[in-house]
Amino acid sequence: MWNPEIETLPRPELEALQTSRLRETVERLYQRVPFYQAKFEQAGIKPEMIRSIQDLERLPFTTKSDLRDNYPFGLFAVPQEEIVRVHASSGTTGKMTVVGYTKKDLASWAEVMARTLGCGGVTRRDLVQIAYGYGLFTGGLGMHYGVERVGATVIPISGGNTKRQLQIMMDFKTTVLACTPSYALYLSEGALEEGITVAQLPLRVGFFGAEPWSNKMRQEIEAKLGIKAIDIYGLSEIMGPGVASECLVQDGLHVCEDHFIVEVINPETGAVLPPGEKGELVFTCITKEALPLIRYRTRDISLIYPETCACGRTHRRMHRVMGRTDDMLIIRGVNVFPSQIESVLLEIGETEPHYQLIVDREGNLDDLEIWVEVSERIFSDEVKRLEELGAKIRREILSTLGVSAKIKLVEPKTIPRSEGKAKRILDRREVYQA
Amino acid sequence: MKVKQISVFLENKSGRLAEVAKLLGEAGINIRALSIADTSDFGILRLIVNAPEQASQVLKAANFTLSETEIIVVQVPDHPGGLAKILEVMESSQVNIEYMYAFVGHTITGAVVVFRVEQLDLAIQILAKAGIKLLSETEVYA
Repeated sequence: MWNPEIETLPRPELEALQTSRLRETVERLYQRVPFYQAKFEQAGIKPEMIRSIQDLERLPFTTKSDLRDNYPFGLFAVPQEEIVRVHASSGTTGKMTVVGYTKKDLASWAEVMARTLGCGGVTRRDLVQIAYGYGLFTGGLGMHYGVERVGATVIPISGGNTKRQLQIMMDFKTTVLACTPSYALYLSEGALEEGITVAQLPLRVGFFGAEPWSNKMRQEIEAKLGIKAIDIYGLSEIMGPGVASECLVQDGLHVCEDHFIVEVINPETGAVLPPGEKGELVFTCITKEALPLIRYRTRDISLIYPETCACGRTHRRMHRVMGRTDDMLIIRGVNVFPSQIESVLLEIGETEPHYQLIVDREGNLDDLEIWVEVSERIFSDEVKRLEELGAKIRREILSTLGVSAKIKLVEPKTIPRSEGKAKRILDRREVYQA
Repeated sequence: MKVKQISVFLENKSGRLAEVAKLLGEAGINIRALSIADTSDFGILRLIVNAPEQASQVLKAANFTLSETEIIVVQVPDHPGGLAKILEVMESSQVNIEYMYAFVGHTITGAVVVFRVEQLDLAIQILAKAGIKLLSETEVYA
């Protein structure tokens, strides 16, 4: 355990800590962020009305669109000179969701990340290969500073280049792997092709997140790589990786409750649900300086375990993510909203607004296919014109969304039209299975 | 001397070509020539039929995507070098050929070649000047 004192703090003390931190955060937001001041006033809330964590549910929710409306830095609670880092993730339309960190925030992030690593028994003797992408995405750098905090050796290889990943894994004697679960499987297949006996690798444990996965997939990873596979959870709006992690019991993810208050709500009514009931995860940041979001709606479906965990940690566990309340897809670790694809198509302006997304997993990697109807307006008698159109859509999708897609031109009126919400997504991966 | 050609967008899935042929057959339309340009995902079916307007209507009603293009139909002298000479004439006047395909006419002796070129009027002019026979719509549909 990385921080036994905090991680096993008795509930009453933990809740007292949450209360004081929540009150301080609400007060500060009210003073410093006009958006929150207006929002609290609209809800008839004065900071002094928030006396305990039971009062949390009186506060209004924050959503992804609030971040978009205040793009890029409008919700920051500190002046720009205090911000030492920004990260960004996909927005629902053209604009990204931007998050910021102060020096203290980065220290908190490294702390919660170190707890995640501690959950899997990582110590300073370990060599951690980070195959999450580095950059605006929080995965790579978030993990990186956590590993440094623990004092283990960081191998900051970033994503991709499977051959080199395997070479380094063998030569450096990597003991810990961090990447998306699908990439872990892909690496195991790669090892097989390269004739590497996985059992001979010193690899011991892996931290997998940034996309949903099933228990079946966990068993497959554990068998193929001969490791313990730990499910980790995080989102950039709240912090990045480190928000919650499984311990070696591998039954539910402990939320770092001294930094984030977790609630589960009914996504339709907004009512708070008791532990054990399935609903939408909502987080409140109570230690962050730069971007402390109040009751942020994640759109992830989960539940909070009513029981305590055998590992001794007192921080409550959330179930692995069971689904989404919106139509967001996670493709090779990248969040993709169908509305983003629609805006790209509209911008190109040459195709019909009818499209379909087919997501599948081939050879353990996600495959996105976008079907676009060919109308008379764009149909050319020449093959090369149509191929150019396909290539153009592919390029635009790649540069705007950061995922490569296969574009398939289809005959008009072949994409199903349904009343109301269009059936635009066909996800064959079954990632939310238990 | 320009002849109408209908191009149809076809997805690469079984039965699409048969569907076009069936629809035209049922409407009593005769296919005079055809060619398919294909990629791994889709194909473009190019058709010359004896009743282009009617064919367009029938296919559009069945939700096919079409475009009409004008092409020229050239009678190729039936001896070695026959095609080479036609290509040479076009090349010397810098007429760009986008695509071409051949078919056998039943009232005409020898091969008949369909050309889709960028500069249609220029091609008609220079081919006529070189004494090369272009077929009219009536001759093609017959």
